[in-house]
Amino acid sequence: MQTIYILWLRQLKRYSRSRARIIGSLAQPLLFLVALGFGFGPIYQKAGGGNYIQFLAPGIIGMSVLFTAVFTGIEIIWDRQFGFLKETMVAPVTRLKIMFGRTLGGATVATIQGVVVFLLSLIAGFRPVSWLGLFPAMLVMFLTALLFTALGTAIASTLDDMQGFQLIMNFVIMPVFFLSGALFPLDGLPPVIMLVARFDPLSYGIDGLRWALIGLTHFGFGQDLAILTAVTAVLLAVGSYLFSKIEI
Amino acid sequence: MIKAENLTKKYDEFTAVDSINFEVEKGEIFAFLGPNGAGKTTTIKMLTTLTKPTSGTVQLNGFNPVESPDDARKSFGIVFQDQSLDDELTAWENMEFHGVLYGVEKKLRRERIEQLMKFVELWDRKNDLVKTFSGGMKRRLEIARGLLHHPKIFFLDEPTLGLDPQTRNHMWEYIKKLRQEEGTTIFFTTHYMEEAEKNSDRIAIIDHGKIVARGTAGELKQQTSTDSLEAAFLSLTGKDIRDEHATGADHMRMRRRMWHR
Repeated sequence: MQTIYILWLRQLKRYSRSRARIIGSLAQPLLFLVALGFGFGPIYQKAGGGNYIQFLAPGIIGMSVLFTAVFTGIEIIWDRQFGFLKETMVAPVTRLKIMFGRTLGGATVATIQGVVVFLLSLIAGFRPVSWLGLFPAMLVMFLTALLFTALGTAIASTLDDMQGFQLIMNFVIMPVFFLSGALFPLDGLPPVIMLVARFDPLSYGIDGLRWALIGLTHFGFGQDLAILTAVTAVLLAVGSYLFSKIEI
Repeated sequence: MIKAENLTKKYDEFTAVDSINFEVEKGEIFAFLGPNGAGKTTTIKMLTTLTKPTSGTVQLNGFNPVESPDDARKSFGIVFQDQSLDDELTAWENMEFHGVLYGVEKKLRRERIEQLMKFVELWDRKNDLVKTFSGGMKRRLEIARGLLHHPKIFFLDEPTLGLDPQTRNHMWEYIKKLRQEEGTTIFFTTHYMEEAEKNSDRIAIIDHGKIVARGTAGELKQQTSTDSLEAAFLSLTGKDIRDEHATGADHMRMRRRMWHR
């Protein structure tokens, strides 16, 4: 338990000390929120969708959770390059615990990031229908964060250096984000896009956030939670397996 | 304490370590020498559970690192050839992290951290981020960290690289004291022959993945009829260079033959 705690604490300390990273990772969601929110707002309104900022904010919160989570998972590559991974790998601690501690730490960081983006969205004019919704929202954020930190860890375990990072960004993270319904409603989509969105785990995270914050849902909150939990469990297992196979 | 039998590591077609055998007794200081790329670090990786051997076995404090990695891991401490500290944490946090991972009980951990950090003269910098440290300071911190859980076996992969003679002597004094008090077994690699000669009980020399000689520094000098370990080392591992000369001459001979034909 103590080992998991110290690994978790390490992720948090690293996060709180990298101010440049925090500011950088807040600028992007803010830009999306302002540019897309105010840019598409009038058209969305004319199309009868209502207030676009209201609709968009949960999507952007989900986006920042996704990016932060994958990034902290992928940090293993840094640890490998800077040698710190070796220190944890020769310690008499099961790899499962190491993976678990790191992933919990990464997921906590991503959840904090999600909450901060939520606060920023308030400045942009977002208003949740009920403040109590923040609690289920944080649960969804944490599950989503856990899922994608585990995914990042799994991917990073199979990579030796940062060369593959750009590939992952373009072929995994960007599609996951853009096809998740973060930016548009999932109702009445072309069947192919809808099919992809159904297989995108972030769709359920964002749908869950929308339910919690603005009372709107496509899949239903129960299904969102069930699918997020199931995928998280699978990815944690796969990530732990791949992580345990790392040889330095 | 450490026993390797027919230990082999192959990467695709390249054999990094080729069926080596050696044994290190409890409380012994064992120097593992060899030119760059001879297989020293690969051997250490296999001994310390970082890489699985292709064939052959290792016994570490009676444990097989492949079968019971955690028991094996508890038995040793290590200072790696390259840096393995977390730059974004403070010196003290790096020590604390290590102590928790190795399950050193809190009160004892705090005591030892203070004692070890004072020993490597980093106590007054304990709250500074490691990224602000010089190379030598990082090395000292790594040595202190490797000793925190009082391991039965201490691996040092070129530990004194980049350390000044003061720190180097200081470090060896401490290691010898530790061996006296706790019977710690020391396994180290180095490129400084005087260091190996001065501090080791026995030496093994590895080249092209094979152990080419072993014994005390005196025995190695006798075997090669040289008067220093450096000369003995060169006479044992220098074959490489002579081989290259020979092939160069071969080419010239061949070319001459072709010209004369």
